[in-house]
Amino acid sequence: MKPAPALAEGFPDLSGMRIAREPHWFRWLSAALIVLVLAAIVRAFAGGQIEWSYVSRFLTAKVILEGIVNTMVMAVLAMALGIILGIVVAVMRLSPNPVLKTVAAGYTWLFRGTPLILQLLLWFNLALVFPTIGIPGLWSARAVDVMTPFLAALLGLGINQGAYTSEVMRAGMLSVDIGQYEAAQAIGMGRLRALRRIVLPQAMRVAIPPLGNEFIGMVKATSLASVIQYPELLHNAENIYYANSRVIELLIVAGLWYLLVVSVLTPLQMLLERRFARGTLRLAR
Amino acid sequence: MTTPLVAIRSVSKSFGEFQALGNVSLDVWPGEVVCLIGASGSGKTTLLRCINQLAAIDAGGIWLDGELLGFREQGGRLHRLTERQIRRQRLKTGMVFQRFNLFPHKTALDNITEGPLQVQGRKFDEVRAEALELLRRVGLSAKADSYPAQLSGGQQQRVAIARALAMKPMLMLFDEPTSALDPELVGEVLAVMKELARSGMTMMVVTHELGFAREVADRVVYMDQGAIVEQGRASDVLGAPREQRTRAFLSAVI
Ligand SMILES: Nc1ncnc2c1ncn2[C@@H]1O[C@H](COP(=O)(O)OP(=O)(O)OP(=O)(O)O)[C@@H](O)[C@H]1O
Ligand SMILES: [Mg+2]
Repeated sequence: MKPAPALAEGFPDLSGMRIAREPHWFRWLSAALIVLVLAAIVRAFAGGQIEWSYVSRFLTAKVILEGIVNTMVMAVLAMALGIILGIVVAVMRLSPNPVLKTVAAGYTWLFRGTPLILQLLLWFNLALVFPTIGIPGLWSARAVDVMTPFLAALLGLGINQGAYTSEVMRAGMLSVDIGQYEAAQAIGMGRLRALRRIVLPQAMRVAIPPLGNEFIGMVKATSLASVIQYPELLHNAENIYYANSRVIELLIVAGLWYLLVVSVLTPLQMLLERRFARGTLRLAR
Repeated sequence: MTTPLVAIRSVSKSFGEFQALGNVSLDVWPGEVVCLIGASGSGKTTLLRCINQLAAIDAGGIWLDGELLGFREQGGRLHRLTERQIRRQRLKTGMVFQRFNLFPHKTALDNITEGPLQVQGRKFDEVRAEALELLRRVGLSAKADSYPAQLSGGQQQRVAIARALAMKPMLMLFDEPTSALDPELVGEVLAVMKELARSGMTMMVVTHELGFAREVADRVVYMDQGAIVEQGRASDVLGAPREQRTRAFLSAVI
């Protein structure tokens, strides 16, 4: 064996030397500045015209708690409706059938193209268009009786959500390699079975972060249903301040509850993501 | 008198203006291993896809096991079969893809049992036992619970072969099963295919592995520009090609 050639002189041995800590002057300065600004804001609110005792008293008032339950019930049901519609519409859009494609595109166009609050008002006031609704000869009822605030809110929020969710689901399905679909066909699966067993589970992995986003949006969008008398959180908070005139205090109560709910949702989303990440490298050990 | 398992007669297939297959005819006999070779774009993949009806042919006919594929003859006309009938016919073939196409959200074992359980509606215990046996056969007993991302390319392709075999096809179609693999992984996949060939499976294999073709193929078919240019025993086509185009192709790949 040949000996290794001698190394050139003039390059000192740096091993064992510590790397000095950087001072990060700017980070300290900016953090201090932000703390100051926050303190000023807190001080302003503390000394402002807010009766904090009202906030803590109404935070757990029965009407407020009922409101938050109604908000969550509506958000979950409307989101479920939105996801079901979204999947159906996304599948229709990706189908080779031009009729289905057009219907799906039209749905998305219509419900994404008009304000949600307008759609809620339209559903709620459906009785003005159709005084009675039903199946001719079988069943009919007065629309005012059927179209309760609950149903109007569910339809308005859910159908609107479906238009957005369909795009999320479509993006998820497009992210699945075409080879997956062909492999499913090659083992004899039909279109729908391949979709359900092979494509959708993989599409969900991509779709869940944006769906989590959409659900957080939905929790807050339920507050729009206050205009059609659905007794959700904001509506109930409003009813209280109509009576006692503690407007800001009750708005703060509602705001704190929305913040709390949304904060709990984020870790839930991470659990779901992990569930659908099965088999991906990030989990591979 | 035996009949060919696959009979391809005057098949043409175009994508828009471009003709990918032109007037192709070929027989594949039961138990035979046919290797398809040819330059990129010569229509090898398209031919396999027409046989398992991932692509529909424009003209001609393909018979599998004596049954016309994709159409029904009635009153002097051809009527397209329904999706359902096509799926039933497709079950007679197994397909192995260049890029494996395993289902990434399912373990190796679940990839294999998916078809028999979901499509054929067979019993879990029996299907599972068969799947484990198939995994043993492709040398992956230890990997039953691994996800595709945890397997090497060669292992993934062997699972893919097991997945196709689980449906008990009469014909196996391989589309360049080793060309996405690192060179040191090619051998393990070819070994599985050799074993399969010895067991009497009828196989159509698109491949650039001429050594494999020489050793295993009963017949080698050379395709160019959507047509079969030359075919015959492997030693003849690969050793002493008659056609100028075959010679040019072989000298380019070797
Ligand atoms: N879906 C498609 N749409 C349009 N053209 C296509 C399609 N599939 C294949 N082709 C064309 O048909 C021709 C034959 O393709 P094919 O995939 O059968 O070739 P091949 O022999 O398998 O080539 P390779 O060795 O590169 O895999 C190619 O020129 C290709 O561009
Ligand atoms: Mg090809």
